[in-house]
Amino acid sequence: MSNIPVELKYAKTHEWARQNDDGSVTVGITDNAQDQLGDMVYIEVPEKGQTVLAQEACAVVESVKAASDVYSPVTGAVVEVNESLAESPETVNQDAYGAGWLFRVQPSDAGELDGLMDGDTYAGFLEDEAH
Amino acid sequence: MPFIPHTEADVQEMLAAIGAGDIETLFDEIPANLRAGKLAGVPVGMNEQEISRLMLERAELDGRPLCFMGAGAYDHHIPAAVWEITTRGEFYSAYTPYQAEASQGTLQLIYEFQTMMAGLTGLDVSNASLYDGASGLAEATLMAIRANRKSKSHRVLVPTTVHPHYRKTARTIVHNQGIELVELPYCPQGGNTLLEALEPYAGQDIAALVIQQPNFFGILEDVDALTDWAHAQGALVIGVANPTALALLKPPGRWGSNGADIACGEGQPLGVPLMSGGPYFGYMCCKLDLVRQMPGRIVGRTLDRDGREGFTLTLQAREQHIRRSKATSNICTNQGLLVTAATIYMSLLGAEGLRRVALACHDNTRKLVAALTANDCVQPVFNRPCFHEVPLRLTLPADGIVRSLHAHNILPGYLLSKEYPELADTLLVCATEMRTDADIATYAEHLNRAIGAQSAAGCPVQPKMA
Repeated sequence: MSNIPVELKYAKTHEWARQNDDGSVTVGITDNAQDQLGDMVYIEVPEKGQTVLAQEACAVVESVKAASDVYSPVTGAVVEVNESLAESPETVNQDAYGAGWLFRVQPSDAGELDGLMDGDTYAGFLEDEAH
Repeated sequence: MPFIPHTEADVQEMLAAIGAGDIETLFDEIPANLRAGKLAGVPVGMNEQEISRLMLERAELDGRPLCFMGAGAYDHHIPAAVWEITTRGEFYSAYTPYQAEASQGTLQLIYEFQTMMAGLTGLDVSNASLYDGASGLAEATLMAIRANRKSKSHRVLVPTTVHPHYRKTARTIVHNQGIELVELPYCPQGGNTLLEALEPYAGQDIAALVIQQPNFFGILEDVDALTDWAHAQGALVIGVANPTALALLKPPGRWGSNGADIACGEGQPLGVPLMSGGPYFGYMCCKLDLVRQMPGRIVGRTLDRDGREGFTLTLQAREQHIRRSKATSNICTNQGLLVTAATIYMSLLGAEGLRRVALACHDNTRKLVAALTANDCVQPVFNRPCFHEVPLRLTLPADGIVRSLHAHNILPGYLLSKEYPELADTLLVCATEMRTDADIATYAEHLNRAIGAQSAAGCPVQPKMA
């Protein structure tokens, strides 16, 4: 059973989103996603200042098995990216919801977050996917 | 191992297993209007005897002229051992093996190739090769667009001193992806690309600048100044370089303050015969921080679980069998056999041997230019230093002269007017280490005679007497 913090929002493409006090949204990939992909070898984050669209690929996580696109859960401008992943991509494996975050977006419509799943729904979604 | 994929019996067994009557029914879902039907002009199969005879006849059409032509493919000496070893059964497969790690010898050879190419270009990493120099430039262009994340534009500056065929190939491959290749004029005196030609683009968003060294005219570009200009604009630098010349010239990885970002080019000079134009192979090298954008296969050296050295394909997650439509490239093979030959060629010559080949080419070309320009009707076009090729202008129509030299089994050079209309009656001539002093004298003698004959017949340089 993978780790699914209840306070986060989840996308069907296995990203998590955390709303910060300043209104920005931090994005990463879920514990389930990192587990499925295996050891990370390279993370390509978006450019700071770049405009990302919801459900549009804007980052790549590359493991020993595969290179996968990461989709932004919300539309907005990238205000910060996790530079440290360039040197230590394994952080995504070790701490997917913490130090392994990928980028932070200032959403143009915070309401978009409501369209995402909560933790329980995501857990159910994973169960359905497994069957 | 028999190289017969499946017998008729195998085919029938597989069809029976899936319940299909014949192979044609497997394609039923393709609508009739999308099918090509019969391919007209494709002849029926031939047996080995027939195909050998056909190939021999085709090869003989090339004749064995005394070759003073280069223009991208060069007549070099190939030590006999190169193809003797290359065609051993263990190497004699033109493909990257599918069960790659089972072929440790092939992987080690590719690894050695990559190491030597990285050394020659002064860059960190090399791939296992591409189809040829022209497609190599197209791939390098696509790679630069992907890699230059600072640039939002899809514009790449390409001097007209870059090989015309490379420019055409690159345009064919990239133009449907919205990439604009902007051509830059060359200096009419020097035959090189001047900073003045780049200045109109200063301050604009440019993804990359291509620099060919030596350029298509054989002239040396001021690679340091061009590289630094491009980097100052936030553009990447793609160096297109003749690998033989790299034994003498500053490698792309050391151009300017920071070095070119990507190097690519034609590998044919490294042990591949001219062969009527191909197959050849392309090479590509880059800085380490761009390696994930590099197309093609890369072999790495590693240790197995018992700590023994082994070789393996690496960075495959970027490739199309894993990344599908988002792969870095649809390149799915390399030119394995030709890379085998190139690796053996380079290892037999060594760095010093390759340097001597490059020096001999340069010397012979200087001798050739001196011998040919002794005739007043033959003049150098440009005043800049060259490597092993030089454009020479004839003061009378070149067509007749070229025909006459062909008749004496001399290939006198490449007529530049086909690609550069402003360079009428201009031959791009080349003398590799294969050309002796006697060969050069033969060319000069026949050229002088042809010019004499044409002048007597009414050379336009002679004043018409009333």
